[in-house]
Amino acid sequence: MQSNEKIVSQIKEILRPLIPGHIEIKTDADLTADLGLDSLKVMSIIESLEDHLDLSIPINILSEVRTINDLALQIQKLNHKEGN
Amino acid sequence: MGIFDKFQPLAEIRRDMEKKCSDFFNLVIKDITSPTEAVVNGRAVIHAGSNNYLGLTFDPHCIQAACTAAQKEGTGTTGSRMANGTYSGHLDLEQELSNFFGRLKTIIFSTGYTANLAMLSTVVGSEDVILIDADCHASIYDGCRLGTADIIRFRHNDTNDLEKRLRRLEKRHTNVLIVVEGLYSMLGDRAPLAAIAALKNKYGAYLMVDEAHSMGVIGQTGRGLAEEAGVEDSVDFIVGTFSKSLGAIGGFCTSNHPELDMIRYASRPYIFTASPSPATIASTRAALALLPQPERRRRLWSNADRLYKRLKNLGFCVGPEVSPVIAVRCSKPENAYTLWNKLLAQGVYVNMVLPPATPDGGALLRCSLSAAHTTEQINKIGDAFAALPPHRMN
Repeated sequence: MQSNEKIVSQIKEILRPLIPGHIEIKTDADLTADLGLDSLKVMSIIESLEDHLDLSIPINILSEVRTINDLALQIQKLNHKEGN
Repeated sequence: MGIFDKFQPLAEIRRDMEKKCSDFFNLVIKDITSPTEAVVNGRAVIHAGSNNYLGLTFDPHCIQAACTAAQKEGTGTTGSRMANGTYSGHLDLEQELSNFFGRLKTIIFSTGYTANLAMLSTVVGSEDVILIDADCHASIYDGCRLGTADIIRFRHNDTNDLEKRLRRLEKRHTNVLIVVEGLYSMLGDRAPLAAIAALKNKYGAYLMVDEAHSMGVIGQTGRGLAEEAGVEDSVDFIVGTFSKSLGAIGGFCTSNHPELDMIRYASRPYIFTASPSPATIASTRAALALLPQPERRRRLWSNADRLYKRLKNLGFCVGPEVSPVIAVRCSKPENAYTLWNKLLAQGVYVNMVLPPATPDGGALLRCSLSAAHTTEQINKIGDAFAALPPHRMN
């Protein structure tokens, strides 16, 4: 199973091209309020993560996700559920 | 923070947009003079955004049926079927839809939106998974959200991506319901249904097809994409609407699974909604009887072919295939307002669709054509687009 640090690092890597360069991507930053992502960009990030991690991410989890840390936690739970 | 404070950003966007496109936000259709003509903001226009694919809203048989039913049974049912009772017209329409689609069971709903809410929130449970095409309509997303199943998207019309997800799900040993649309409402493209049906069979999944925009439009007798693709036996559930080719309002689900009837007792969007009115049921039944006739479909596709090719030849970025839904892409929403206004000024009303309702974040000027459009009207729609400043499309 992938570590939390590795998942966070992959999320940051996917986010970087979508966020203006001057904004620091902190793990507790709010994806919408702090990083300025709209719903379409969030869905695009989910698709990229699915490809990187070879995992299907149910969109139900998004109600529990506000920050990068939240997203990483949900992905860890999914990995656990899928036995990856 | 008050309950309305969260709407402030939305209010600011609306104020800003209203300055640029006040006609759009204050639009009133005062008169509807035919299936294809209206008076919009005081101006007579060709209505090219109605989804009135077969032009049946003014069919004399449908109007007469609605009038007779209203006079005989009143204007409304004033409640749900569970509480106020089922009218004979409800059962007659369900049987006629079953006959039309060649299926065992049909349930009708008060709108197409409710049909998706009712089915998707109920037919699958908390251990199940729904796989939806990313471009599915909001009613499909909302129906999924109302239920408890895991919701997983696959890339639009990408059967490789769908199979990847079906393969991953194999180890969960769970029920999987695949949901697609016959004709996608924004770009007018079709699902690759034969390939999707093959995957459904390969992985032992269930398949639901929303034929809202394809019923009456596609297929030799108008049964939609499943008929045209020759895969009706592989489709577990067909959902649809009465508000497009049937010219009324309402929705349905039809299936060969006899258990479909149990949805009536388990689905809150079915139980707790007022049932369709006698006039709606009567005009829908009259329209359904006309659906197998091919002439309107031929005219519709002839119109679609003419306008699609004209706009494509003019250099507009249109959808991937000829369709009665012809959407012109416009990458900047602020340009779409200007162009929409210019079309209206030339007497052509189209739908302006803005993000996030569009598939790729741009804006769309969306036409939906009708069998009732004359060749002259189609030419006028094309002329209006031809007069738009091309640099504004970028």
